[in-house]
Amino acid sequence: MTSHVIFSSELQKRTGVRATDVRARDYRSLVREITDRYEGLSPADVEDMSVAINGEIIAEPMLEKISPGSEVHFLYRIEGG
Amino acid sequence: MEKTHVTATVNGDVKEFLCDPSDTLLQVLRDELGLTGTKEGCGSGDCGACSVLINDRLVCSCLVLGVEANGEVVETIEGIGNGDKLHVIQEKFLEHAALQCGICTPGLVISTKALLEENPNPTEEEARYYLAGNLCRCTGYDKIIKAVMDAAKTMREDA
Amino acid sequence: MSEAQDFKYIGQRTIRPDGHDKVTGRANYAADLALPGMIWGKILRSPHAHAVINSINTSKAEADPDVFAVMTHADIPNQTASGIQNILAKDKVFYHGHAVAAVAAISEAAAERALSLIEVDYSILKPVMNIDDAISSDSPILHDDLFTKGMVEEPTAPSNVASRNELSKGDIQAGFAEAEVIVEREFRTATVHQGYIEPHACTVRYDEDGHSMIWCSTQGHFAVRATTASMLNIEQTKLNVIASEIGGGFGGKLGVYLEPVALVLSKKSGRPVKMQMDRNEVFMASGPGSATRNRVKIGAKKDGTITAMEAKLFYEAGWAPGSSPLGPACMTVFTPYDVDHQYVEGFEVVVNKARCAAYRAPGAPQSEYACEMVINELADELGLDPIDLRLKNVAKEGTQTLYGPKLKAVGLVECLEAAKSSAQYKAALKKNQGRGVASGFWFNVGGESSVVINMNEDGTGTIVEGSPDIGGSRASMQMMAAEELQMPVESFSAIIGDTQNLPYSNPTGGSRTTFATGMAVVEAAADVVSQLKERAAATWNVTPDQVEWKDGTAINTNGEGVLSAAEICGSAAKTGGHISGRGNISARGASPSFAVHLADIEVDPDTGKTTVLRYTAIQDAGKAIHPGYVEGQYQGGSAQGIGWALNEEYVYSEDGKLENPGFLDYRIPLASDLPMIETVIVEVPNSFHPFGVRGIGETGIIPPLAACGTAVSNAIGVRMSELPMSPPKILKAIQDAS
Repeated sequence: MTSHVIFSSELQKRTGVRATDVRARDYRSLVREITDRYEGLSPADVEDMSVAINGEIIAEPMLEKISPGSEVHFLYRIEGG
Repeated sequence: MEKTHVTATVNGDVKEFLCDPSDTLLQVLRDELGLTGTKEGCGSGDCGACSVLINDRLVCSCLVLGVEANGEVVETIEGIGNGDKLHVIQEKFLEHAALQCGICTPGLVISTKALLEENPNPTEEEARYYLAGNLCRCTGYDKIIKAVMDAAKTMREDA
Repeated sequence: MSEAQDFKYIGQRTIRPDGHDKVTGRANYAADLALPGMIWGKILRSPHAHAVINSINTSKAEADPDVFAVMTHADIPNQTASGIQNILAKDKVFYHGHAVAAVAAISEAAAERALSLIEVDYSILKPVMNIDDAISSDSPILHDDLFTKGMVEEPTAPSNVASRNELSKGDIQAGFAEAEVIVEREFRTATVHQGYIEPHACTVRYDEDGHSMIWCSTQGHFAVRATTASMLNIEQTKLNVIASEIGGGFGGKLGVYLEPVALVLSKKSGRPVKMQMDRNEVFMASGPGSATRNRVKIGAKKDGTITAMEAKLFYEAGWAPGSSPLGPACMTVFTPYDVDHQYVEGFEVVVNKARCAAYRAPGAPQSEYACEMVINELADELGLDPIDLRLKNVAKEGTQTLYGPKLKAVGLVECLEAAKSSAQYKAALKKNQGRGVASGFWFNVGGESSVVINMNEDGTGTIVEGSPDIGGSRASMQMMAAEELQMPVESFSAIIGDTQNLPYSNPTGGSRTTFATGMAVVEAAADVVSQLKERAAATWNVTPDQVEWKDGTAINTNGEGVLSAAEICGSAAKTGGHISGRGNISARGASPSFAVHLADIEVDPDTGKTTVLRYTAIQDAGKAIHPGYVEGQYQGGSAQGIGWALNEEYVYSEDGKLENPGFLDYRIPLASDLPMIETVIVEVPNSFHPFGVRGIGETGIIPPLAACGTAVSNAIGVRMSELPMSPPKILKAIQDAS
């Protein structure tokens, strides 16, 4: 079972697609999978981004486990005032 | 420039200090006497953070020269309340959560004391206009005005 | 958690633990520290908005017997450190007030005098003072090496447009094709300042031996340490940054302005150095919030179903590229609406103004103002109640946001319903009076927080946290520790640790403190509970899982025995040493807070003067830990937003000089300008927080702009589209219309 990955508008310029399905157990293997799949996308492009996994925003996702069927969004890191 | 010898009663204590004629009372209080409870927000009399009482009159201490305090009675936030016992105004500010960052609070406590000595039973509008010289950027004044009105009520009842 | 919980301590209105010090004047803020042998530092600022620095001659200042040190950009050891050019200008000054050199002298007055002895030779350039000029083809270019980022085609010439952002979902053209009514408008907002009452200040001491110290007012002392250590090439362990009490920040005290300069002056002079900005320096050189020009177009069907939302946003960055909040501006603009087709294009523009700083929900007030104004106009066009129009298209659990994830449970519907049933919404208006309603959305952030709870021998605890307390957060930390440990609030004190007491903590900002640092407190408190249970178990010779922690005591479920925290802590030495709990976290699961505000405003048609008659702020807190300070955030945000809408603006001369750098002419709301601000706390719990907390600090500044904008428009019968709506602008609008 796969996870559904949705790219931000900026990342879509690099991937050419809005979303894709990825088989990955954790964040690191997910990044490896998508950067292999899309030539224009490098690990540096997503390094400074946060992710939301099933709606939960995670600023530092490196060690995150991803359960099958999850929805993963890449988004800009948000800072406040 | 030669310094001037000044004697003033500050919070009930007779204080003597040497003062450059151009020093403000605010500078003297903070830098000479170590009374840092009086705050500087603007240095131009616009914010009220440096409010003190001279002979019971409310002033911005940044607009008064230190030498002008000679022979006068000065009351600062450090002189409000009695030892560990807070003044009713201070208690009401705490109860009503009328401070957030707290930088304007000493000035507002002093101004409120002056207000309630002049007018023990102010309307909300009178309180708002009297305190219009004390800027607060955190609270939107709602809880400050509630604290002031409650303090006024309590002080009238205790009088 | 998702169900409403019963709390013993949370939700009470306790007296804040730092309150006594703050009402008696004992609390020490940035300018309140003096050290033996201390001298005073001052900064020389550019009198020009845009100029090349040909030379700086400091020899006369250096020869002054009252002067101990003089410095320029060249005296900063690490020339590649980020932000260095905002600390002291290098080859060019980019705004009126840009720091150029600094001196340290025996007194503040002597330092001020010495500044006039520094000779700077400038070649004056034409300044670029607004978005329209900056993007025009014949504009002077601020940075020869600035090429617009994010363009479809790589640009070949430098530009004042620093970057382009784009966000989209659905098919915007298809969305507008479905629309039966379309409203499109452009709005402008002025440069504004956070307006904290305490000026930036610090007292520092450089120590060759590796014990340098900075005492300063900041939202994030770890960030001050990182910036200063990097600029001076000092190892972080050799620099302790102590956060004083902070007299307001609102985002404006996230940046670093004085501290590295003061530390270099201290190093050069061998003396402790104190620096304090004047109020005019605060306005000239710190802050401000971006001026903007924003166009919003919204289409809907006649029944009120919104089919498409489009925005084109321009945000000023000040002189430094990357300093505007354009990203969050684009991400937040349409979030209150569940609409399939949305498109946002944003541009960041550099101008000859101070580098923009974060300001409470950075970017959101300006962009959401434009959206909310158009929504209200659309409601009028459709003949619908503006709250009903919002409810029909409302963002709720499951709504796909433009910026990324689907929303979890949020409280916007509840806020709108509370607005509709509020006393204010039902009250009648008189002649020359108008009402405005507006929603607001802010993400809130999580991030890193470190907390230690040290248990004392008498069973009380000291909470050491790394989040400077700007608005009463120590009280919420106490209450959350009390709740987790089931012990009275008074059993805990809460202090802000310096950078040597605690590991890294993110700044107080992004509405994160009660949420994220609160989570760290809960984790540290849970750590204490588990240690208390272990110690009790050791005392009774049972296993820890046979011990229950209830009402602040350990209970032996495998026999007889009850031990209080005082008893366990008092004999801790016998059971393995003293107890401290730790919570060092990278908080996740920050959840949005939505708000709805109502403003009733009367306009004097002869003068254009506005009077705010009545104001209600309704917002989802998730769970209000201390309701008094939650209401205070709603009210304070409302007041700042009202000021932004009605009065506040930077005024520049033709040649780019700031003409109103003081509270007399930059007019923030006074007590006499405002009514009581009614509040409603909606509580839809955030399932990712143990007590359901969302951040609440920032959202409240967003809705006032459009609530006031609509109220004034309704009062005078003319649609206003520029902030601030100062009396001359309103009067002109009335006169132009008649």
